[in-house]
Amino acid sequence: MSRLDLPQSRDALIDRNRPLSFTFDGRPYTGFAGDTLASALMANGVQLVGRSFKYHRPRGIFSAGSEEPNALVTLRSGARAEPNTRATMVELFEGLEASSQNHLGGVRHDLMAVNDLAAPFLSAGFYYKTFMWPRAFWEKLYEPAIRRAAGLGKLSMEADPDSYDRGYLHPDLLVIGAGAAGLMAALTAARAGAEVVLADEDARMGGRLLAEGGLLDGAPATDWVAQVLAELAALPNVRLMPRTTVFGVYDHGIYGAVERVSDHLATPGEQVRQTLWRITAKRAIMATGATERHIPFADNDRPGVLLSGSLRAYANRWGVTPQARATDPVLIFTNNDDGHRTAQSLLARGVSLAGVVDSRSGARSLGDYTTHAGAVVTGTKGRHGLRRVQIRTADGSDSWISCGVLGVAGGWNPNVQLASHHRGRPVWDGERLTFLPGPDGPAGLIPAGAACGHGSTIAALADGRRAAQTALTQLDRTAAAPALPQAEEEPSAITALWHVPGQRRAWVDLQNDVTVKDIKLSHQENMRSVEHMKRWTTLGMATDQGKTSNVTALAVMAELTGNGIARTGTTIFRPPYTPVALSVLGGGDTGANFRPRRLTPTHHWAEANGATFVEVGQWMRAQWYAQPGETHWRQSVDREARAVRAAVGLCDVTTLGKIDVQGPDAGTFLDRIYANTISTLKPGRVRYGLMLREDGFLYDDGTCACLGDGHYVVTTTTGNAGLVFQRMEFARQCLWPELDVTLISTTDAWAQIAVAGPKSRALLERVVDGFDLSNDVFPFMACAELTVCGGLPARLFRISFSGEVAYELAVPARYGHALMERLMERGADLGVTPYGTEALAVLRIEKGHAAGAELNGQTTAAMLGLGRMVSAKKDAIGAVMSRREGLADDSRRLVGLQPVDPGQKLPAGAHLFAEGAAQALATDEGWITSACYSPHVESYIALGFLEKGDQRLGEVIRCANPLEGQDISARVVPAHFVDPEGGRLRD
Amino acid sequence: MLIPHPLLGLRDAQEFTYLGDAALLNRPDPAAGEAGFADYVYLRDNPAGVHRELWFHEQGDRSWLVVTRNTLTHEILGAELARDVKLGGTA
Amino acid sequence: MGFSGFRVIKEALTGHKGWGPLWRDPAPRAQYDIVIVGGGGHGLATAYFLAKLYGRHRVAVLEKGWLGGGNIGRNTTIIRSNYLLPGNQPFYELSMQHWERQEQDLNFNSMVSQRGIINLIHSDAQRDSFRRRGNSMMLTGAGARLLDRDELRQMVPFLNYDNARFPIKGGLMQTRAGTARHDGVAWGYARAADQMGVDIIQNCEVTGFRIEGGQVRGVETSRGYIGAGKVGVAVAGSSGRVMAMAGLRLPIESHVLQAFVTEGLKPVIPGVITFGAGHFYISQSDKGGLVFGGDIDGYNSYAQRGNLPVIEDVAEGGMALMPMIGRARLLRSWGGLMDMSMDGSPIIDRTPVEGLYFNGGWCYGGFKATPASGHVFAHLLATDTPHDTATAFRLDRFARGHLIDERGAGAQPNLH
Repeated sequence: MSRLDLPQSRDALIDRNRPLSFTFDGRPYTGFAGDTLASALMANGVQLVGRSFKYHRPRGIFSAGSEEPNALVTLRSGARAEPNTRATMVELFEGLEASSQNHLGGVRHDLMAVNDLAAPFLSAGFYYKTFMWPRAFWEKLYEPAIRRAAGLGKLSMEADPDSYDRGYLHPDLLVIGAGAAGLMAALTAARAGAEVVLADEDARMGGRLLAEGGLLDGAPATDWVAQVLAELAALPNVRLMPRTTVFGVYDHGIYGAVERVSDHLATPGEQVRQTLWRITAKRAIMATGATERHIPFADNDRPGVLLSGSLRAYANRWGVTPQARATDPVLIFTNNDDGHRTAQSLLARGVSLAGVVDSRSGARSLGDYTTHAGAVVTGTKGRHGLRRVQIRTADGSDSWISCGVLGVAGGWNPNVQLASHHRGRPVWDGERLTFLPGPDGPAGLIPAGAACGHGSTIAALADGRRAAQTALTQLDRTAAAPALPQAEEEPSAITALWHVPGQRRAWVDLQNDVTVKDIKLSHQENMRSVEHMKRWTTLGMATDQGKTSNVTALAVMAELTGNGIARTGTTIFRPPYTPVALSVLGGGDTGANFRPRRLTPTHHWAEANGATFVEVGQWMRAQWYAQPGETHWRQSVDREARAVRAAVGLCDVTTLGKIDVQGPDAGTFLDRIYANTISTLKPGRVRYGLMLREDGFLYDDGTCACLGDGHYVVTTTTGNAGLVFQRMEFARQCLWPELDVTLISTTDAWAQIAVAGPKSRALLERVVDGFDLSNDVFPFMACAELTVCGGLPARLFRISFSGEVAYELAVPARYGHALMERLMERGADLGVTPYGTEALAVLRIEKGHAAGAELNGQTTAAMLGLGRMVSAKKDAIGAVMSRREGLADDSRRLVGLQPVDPGQKLPAGAHLFAEGAAQALATDEGWITSACYSPHVESYIALGFLEKGDQRLGEVIRCANPLEGQDISARVVPAHFVDPEGGRLRD
Repeated sequence: MLIPHPLLGLRDAQEFTYLGDAALLNRPDPAAGEAGFADYVYLRDNPAGVHRELWFHEQGDRSWLVVTRNTLTHEILGAELARDVKLGGTA
Repeated sequence: MGFSGFRVIKEALTGHKGWGPLWRDPAPRAQYDIVIVGGGGHGLATAYFLAKLYGRHRVAVLEKGWLGGGNIGRNTTIIRSNYLLPGNQPFYELSMQHWERQEQDLNFNSMVSQRGIINLIHSDAQRDSFRRRGNSMMLTGAGARLLDRDELRQMVPFLNYDNARFPIKGGLMQTRAGTARHDGVAWGYARAADQMGVDIIQNCEVTGFRIEGGQVRGVETSRGYIGAGKVGVAVAGSSGRVMAMAGLRLPIESHVLQAFVTEGLKPVIPGVITFGAGHFYISQSDKGGLVFGGDIDGYNSYAQRGNLPVIEDVAEGGMALMPMIGRARLLRSWGGLMDMSMDGSPIIDRTPVEGLYFNGGWCYGGFKATPASGHVFAHLLATDTPHDTATAFRLDRFARGHLIDERGAGAQPNLH
């Protein structure tokens, strides 16, 4: 195989004493600790690792890093299966399972490879031009076929079994990338005492220093890396974060990063799999390095064609070369000096070289190998892996060279992605032939090293130090300049060669199968802006976001337009830098923990008493309490509702918002909050109030109790508790700060229990401490502060949602449970019955009280029949706008509806039509808002808004529910099915 | 985003809820009538650039703030208590 | 020359030499009958319908960048006509009818795919309000189905039915809804409009309006003055900026909405699913990426990018709804500029400036409206009367109180 046999003193960064076994496509292999899946596959002679997206061409490993476009595998199996994982970024572990993707019938004999034969028909944008007839065939035939063929890996369809975490860091300086520049930057800042976070996507810090095999201060560069890391690790102000990808730059110095805590282990065990870090840094240094680009030529996509710098990395760091057979020689194709550095490295490692094809005339060998100066590669052979390469020499003659690997060196593209996350555009450097980070990058992000064009080791080291000093100066810190280690010059001497012209297909984007021809066709069809070209050809849209293709494609475009690269444009990169698992972004708040769950003070009591619960916003409320023998929820609800009308019921209403309003100007303030007047309310009295939005629509309703001079308690609906409080604070601070009034939300402070029914007074008399509840002293709409149960402070409000004599009794929240138990115990002989939200709804519909369905933000006070509550005599929020014609002229009114056939159920959401009218939106006269079975009426009943409903009592109309095939006759009745005169609640 | 709360220092924007243009401080007198209120309730300058806007420190001290922020860059140029702005007479 | 399968085969066999430009790049003329500002989906569709249905060919579309480069090129591609209110639903149903013959009308495959949309139901109250909506859809012929939990479970078995914070109780489905290939929509309209003589002028930024005596005469642009009988503005997120040049303030705020796509995966999600309790919606593109989104970030922004809290929130929503997507990876996120109107519905109307017409306020829902928006805006520009399905989209509805507020959220754009 092709693992290099190296002397111990110069061995690769693998542990030959720790062999690890793994499988790929079910076959067993062995690698070493320190290997990636990619290097281990190479060591085993595996070249073919996948298939391309469109043509299903054979694909091999192309790079040694996160830019990998080809070697995407499904890692692990079962619920932990992870599709589209870059083999180049997977650390080998014992028992690793991986499989190739995107093929039908095996990666070697992929039946979908038939697409490649059809390639002439699958040109850029072909699908926009066909599959249009017959119309019905798209969804039934064409699209399903396309969908099956497209996509890469498969999801397991099982829930992710691992756990995830979130973390927050606030360093002075975040250094992104731990190569030469990043290490030097971190060292400079760390020695100056700054809080430093150093993050690198690699498991091992050192960046290209690990791959180059070069010397620093005369010793292997890896020694220097180890020494610096040891110093940093020992400093308390430094946090080293390997396996951590900074994926996005957000506002105000906030960086998103993912740490792969245990992806290098077979299973996470007790640890989380990954952590999402939000790093808020005063400054950040972007030392993200550079990515090598390739040079498209005919049939350049075969397994065995790699980036030259990656070849060097595999040889030096992992001690492998990627031939299928170890004896096959390696050929290099380059347009700059860097290809020769690979040749040198390989020679030094004892690899057999077939030579260097250098497009520069006059290029010379830097060692003992053949250089074809002024030559280019014009073709390749080898079905599942490279066998031969065709070159055209300076004199124009063609020849074939046998080789197992071709390394391509087209120059380096700085990794500018993070610098363009705030839409800053990279700028073209015509000398270095690269894009550099532009001047309008994110505030506080300082590019350094190869990421801003200083790619040689010596330049990167110096630039890292420079960047750290810049950052420290900006943070008002003084920094000593650590000495730079001695390194060799590494000239580039690049001359432009963006692709080798030819008739055959030359791949630019290897994953999405975009060729030079496709870009030319795009140009021919006037898809000439860069964005049009990308979208028409899908170039750069693959999982690598064009890391190995975008700049090359731009150069091809520039050649076609003749405008030069700078004027042809650039593309900006969007987060994330590399793909991020949804699991880690979604953190741990999933399943039942997706949102907080608020429990009422009587929750556990209700649980013990057979309650079924229902989500009401964040709250869980008792929906009904099933008694033994009740088999259907309606039995429970009917019983509970009857008990309230006949005896006494208890319902936890703690969830209603409670806002304490105090101060000399409280009355004036509330007059402006409520549409009706509150300031005339006397202590000890409660008033029903309506709140409007400033646009005049109804917004919330509830009661306002006056507990004393300048002391009110406002209640809101459950759903609007937070919003009403926010709006009241807005009014207090932003509209009328001159008023002397304070607000506090006490929703959670008080447990509140509705005690409703003709026997409610009798029950309450048994718990109050000598308080006179008689109708004369404590009539309907009275309130008081008192004590109950022998000294417990309480508030009592005589208000009614059910239409019966009723009270709401509030005690400090921690006594809610005990109060419920006490009331149940004391009321046993009175037939006291706990009731849930369903019975509550039945009671309020019977009484015609509005709730959420009627207060849906689209309705007016007048529609509820409460138009006169909107005072014209004072200024209040929404008063002026409620008088606009669109609101004032809206003649829909709340009515009751009763089915002509009492056995028929009225569905909420049915639309209302006049008898005999055509049913269409134009003739629509309203809708049913709420409906229920009324045990009191012994029929289904409903509330709804009906055009001129107040004038149509007695009329029979149609309730249309075509959605469920219903069309029901109902009679319009007043929206009070119980005690329309209101005598009962005043008893 | 981070919001420089005038009393509490830099706070994460997640602690706040956003309302909109600080012109909402300038609620007209009822005499302005429907037309005056329609302007107030609905119309906005909506600048691409410096914008004065209302944020509520809902998960914090419940202050309403007037934050001056660039809508093109999200750069924050300052934050004041809305109450101070209102009492100071200009929004 | 037309597009067809036969043509693709013929060109393949002859080296693709016969494909010509999809549209011309004409120099601007001195004067047009109608100038459309904004070469996005709505502007291009307007030009197409002006030529196709109203016989107006002296029409130019001015685009400051590359055509289709605004929200039409960065959205979650959903098409649907599942609205509630009479001001909206007939309009969106008109749009859906256009979508259903889009390819044949335009001779361009914009990949309209009617794989259905399901709005999940989590409570009885939500079912009631969806029933009201579903009945509005039925009454306009848009069609709707109320699914119970069992039916839903058969269709989309991978949702979290058993351990959800907000239990899934059913869904409202529109089977005719689905997705379309967003870029293809812009290109289809551009090509068809170009073929009918419309000048599409890219890299031409409008820098001002020439208004004389309350009447618009033309536009100042980065490529010189262009005279116009009428000017229609359809610039989505830039509405505030552009209309300010005509001295108009709008009931619109510009906000950022983020959207997301994962790496390509073999098909898992059949149609579009929306999870209202968690502010999350998702579909899967033909290329295999899961395309999803959630709430707007919530603050005014022209920055075209959002922040981490919303990304985390959306991912949480996705994980809560369909835990099996956890090991899929987010490939790209981006932020679109939304012209959020004060009632969540669009404005298509004349303006106080004679000859200046406005189309905007699409919030995050403009994509599905593209065909109908073009149709009714063309109708308004050509006839000076609103199209029957768009009579409610008036600019004065805010002052007069005729709001089209589907959510009942009031005049606060980030609540719509």
